[in-house]
Amino acid sequence: MSDELSQRVIKVIADTQHLPVEKITIDSSFQDLNIDSLDGMQILFALENEFDVNIPDEAAREIRGVREMVDGVRKLVEAKQTGSPASA
Amino acid sequence: MVRRVAVTGIGVVSAIGLDRESFWASLREGRCGIRPMQSVPPGELRFSNAAEIPEFDSSRYFDLKEAGFLDPFAQYGVVAGREAVADSGLEWKQGLGENAAIVTGSALGGKSTEDEGYRQYYALKSTRFNPLTIPRAMANAVASRLSQELGITGPAYTMATACSSSNHAIGHAFWMVRNGAADVAIAGGSEAVFSVGILHAWEAMRVVATDTCRPFSKERKGLILGDGGAMLVLEPLEAAKARGARIYAEIVGFGMSADAHHITQPLSEGGARAMRAALRDGELAPEQVQYINAHGTGTPANDSTETTAIRSVFGAHADKLAVTSTKSMHGHTLGAAGAIEAAATILAMVNGFVPPTANYCTPDPACDLDVVPNSGRPAQIECAISNSFAFGGLNAVLAFRVL
Repeated sequence: MSDELSQRVIKVIADTQHLPVEKITIDSSFQDLNIDSLDGMQILFALENEFDVNIPDEAAREIRGVREMVDGVRKLVEAKQTGSPASA
Repeated sequence: MVRRVAVTGIGVVSAIGLDRESFWASLREGRCGIRPMQSVPPGELRFSNAAEIPEFDSSRYFDLKEAGFLDPFAQYGVVAGREAVADSGLEWKQGLGENAAIVTGSALGGKSTEDEGYRQYYALKSTRFNPLTIPRAMANAVASRLSQELGITGPAYTMATACSSSNHAIGHAFWMVRNGAADVAIAGGSEAVFSVGILHAWEAMRVVATDTCRPFSKERKGLILGDGGAMLVLEPLEAAKARGARIYAEIVGFGMSADAHHITQPLSEGGARAMRAALRDGELAPEQVQYINAHGTGTPANDSTETTAIRSVFGAHADKLAVTSTKSMHGHTLGAAGAIEAAATILAMVNGFVPPTANYCTPDPACDLDVVPNSGRPAQIECAISNSFAFGGLNAVLAFRVL
């Protein structure tokens, strides 16, 4: 899965963590990438800005890797487009 | 347990030098670091000159990710702390970190970080704050970061007493080493004031000079704000000697007082009591002191009040003292002032040279001390004190002696 949205999410992670984009794949876990909870908050902040969505705390707590992050953002973006309440 | 306390490491980041050596070279030459302000467009504020540090390149000291965690005030403090520790030659072995302390001072904490958050909210109507706002803004950021970098697990905390913050910090660290609560201490302070929100608040106080900082001059119009940080390494004199460390000076006394008077108008008796307390704590007679690094902000009120306080403490000996304000060169660095000026005082003693009061014009009868105008001079200094008097009337004075 390397659609535009997942590439944008990966780019955000790379930028906020100062990592080369090639190091990050859809299957990377945060553990693989040495991303701790504080790093995770920075990524969420950057994703909220990038996609103009609000990521709820409960959803944020469950995220352990790039794929979950991409899936979560996709749901929020789709919810925003269809006008239904976010339920990521 | 009462131990003598040696200063074995000094680190400085300032507008007149990004390290100890260049800082001292500037002080010796009387070189003033006050320049047109770069961080704020001309015309934004009633004052336009400042002791900023545009030369400070964060990437020399921190990778991008590290820098993201640290407000400029924290970066100055950490860089000064690293320099002081390297200078001391201490090795963190045999559990030293457990018995080491860190005490830092900052009046403001990470104000530019807060300012950016508030700009997002109030100006840009965004509720999305940088998640590092809190860790960047917390006043204890330097103590926390240095404890992590050095593996120091003993007492670590931060003092916030406005312009006396880092004298209070160094004084408490000194007492901890003296009484055995810590076997080594890193103490000092740092400040970063150049963001537009806090600068407007200073403007409203009407204490910032529109020209430059001219302490003790008749023409003085106020203080000039400065950025910077300084840290000292303190350890028991005997331990320092035993490991063959280079010993700059001893800290011998620390005195504190409160004016209990007015939020901004200083009271000479308050400052005088802090000086007397420092001399008493150090078992020094006033006549043993040759140099005072004055608080010397360059405000009309401070410099005349401080002169009265010095005359009250030192009597006839006041006329034999060299009294200089190095703020005339590195600016008023608020919570870092005590630490930067402690470094200046110690380096003056070690080098046998009194740095001048720069930008001096005409004598003021209300400030009739030997303020060593514009050019420094060689002098044997056995003992010296460094004054810090804060808004809110909180005073802290350190006393030093060379061996």
